[in-house]
Amino acid sequence: MSQVAGLFNSSLARKYWMALTGLFLCLFLVGHLAGNLQLLLPLEDGAKDQFNLYAKFMTTNPVVKILSYLTYISILLHVVDGIVLTIRNRKARPQKYAYNKPGANSAWNSRFMGFLGTVILVFIVLHLNAFWAKMHWGPIDTYMIDGEEVKDLYTLTIASFQDASAGLGMTIVYVISMIVLGFHLVHGFQSAFRSMGWNHPKYMPIVMTVGKLFGIIIPALFALIPIYIHFIL
Amino acid sequence: MKLNLKIWRQKGPNASGKMVDYQIDEVSPDMSFLEMLDVLNEQLISKGDEPVVFDHDCREGICGACSLHINGEPHGPGRGITTCQLHMRSFKDGDTIYIEPFRAKAFPVVKDLMVDRSAFDRIIQSGGYVSVNTSGNTIDANATPVRKENADAAFDAATCIGCGACVASCKNASAMLFVSAKVSQFSLLPQGQPEAKERVMNMVSQMDEEGFGNCTNTGACEVECPKGISLENIARMNREYLKASLTSK
Repeated sequence: MSQVAGLFNSSLARKYWMALTGLFLCLFLVGHLAGNLQLLLPLEDGAKDQFNLYAKFMTTNPVVKILSYLTYISILLHVVDGIVLTIRNRKARPQKYAYNKPGANSAWNSRFMGFLGTVILVFIVLHLNAFWAKMHWGPIDTYMIDGEEVKDLYTLTIASFQDASAGLGMTIVYVISMIVLGFHLVHGFQSAFRSMGWNHPKYMPIVMTVGKLFGIIIPALFALIPIYIHFIL
Repeated sequence: MKLNLKIWRQKGPNASGKMVDYQIDEVSPDMSFLEMLDVLNEQLISKGDEPVVFDHDCREGICGACSLHINGEPHGPGRGITTCQLHMRSFKDGDTIYIEPFRAKAFPVVKDLMVDRSAFDRIIQSGGYVSVNTSGNTIDANATPVRKENADAAFDAATCIGCGACVASCKNASAMLFVSAKVSQFSLLPQGQPEAKERVMNMVSQMDEEGFGNCTNTGACEVECPKGISLENIARMNREYLKASLTSK
């Protein structure tokens, strides 16, 4: 096998791509969260205009566009690679155990990464459909800020979550999805470092701790946004 | 004590097997698990039945021959022991014990509880050696300096007995703990450097060819390994493979 082929199709290479795309998506989460936390700003301080101008910047700036295409590619690769690995792993044990006790030696979320990932993928589709698609192709209201036309993503977002019945349902779906994301990240973050071979007794405990905190804090802050909009705003 | 056993019986590699119930009385808590199976087999033979086939050799936890998936875990409920070191005092009177072969596509069942683990031998053959002459003029052991921490880590990796519990416990039937231990024991030492790149490339390639699964870092292998081989070895192998892939000519 040629060395170059080894970087694409071998079992280890598949893990490298899984890890690299996963870590890139972790960076994306930080950026996405930082932007979305603007939804928590008080309305009287101009939160609406600030958020809508930010949303316009995020859909028009060329650097952000490149980053967003990288994000789409990463999600696609992460999903395809995950499916390929899951199929290969299933094939590696055609005959199951009559009695198995996996809980005795491993954490449940580490064994259900494929399932957790599938839930997250469904969430991404719903989430893109609810906001991203409307931002790009409408229907969405527009208005002028200092002679500049902006799409009112702020009002659309607030209305989506504030609605008494559909908004409550959406809030619940979002919160559950973020809990699922948390379990996926708590295992995935440190696993990515191991897969890349970035492992050293000195800094692995730091990676483990940062991974756990990342997997709890980031989804918790994301979940806070729909909860705030539905129950407090 | 009395025990209910549920044992996988399979006549041959191509036969379909099933779990069969057995009852065994007068099991002493001091018996090893394999001795308990010996007693069962004596009973079966005296009744004119086929004895249960299982792998075993040294019976002191160093050869890696014994296997068995006992009550949902390779080598049974104990930690840091092989099946031959598991004693019946770990069980209670009236317990039901499930006994199955290690399950993996790369470990086909030969008969009953015995599986063919020669896939491991082929992985070793693909790169688990050093081209250092050891006959004639033997070099003094201290002539080549080795960092103490590397010597310790290489020794820890080399304690792998190749039993296959890592594969059996892994939800993906991955052999990465085994392969990484074999890669590590050489890559950490100066004698392993000349073939370092080819070794990791060839062993991983052979591992994939044998049909083992991929590592998802669940850590099950490390917990079930009778020799306590660390997950750190897998990260080291990943590092070695990446380095070799990027820099080999």
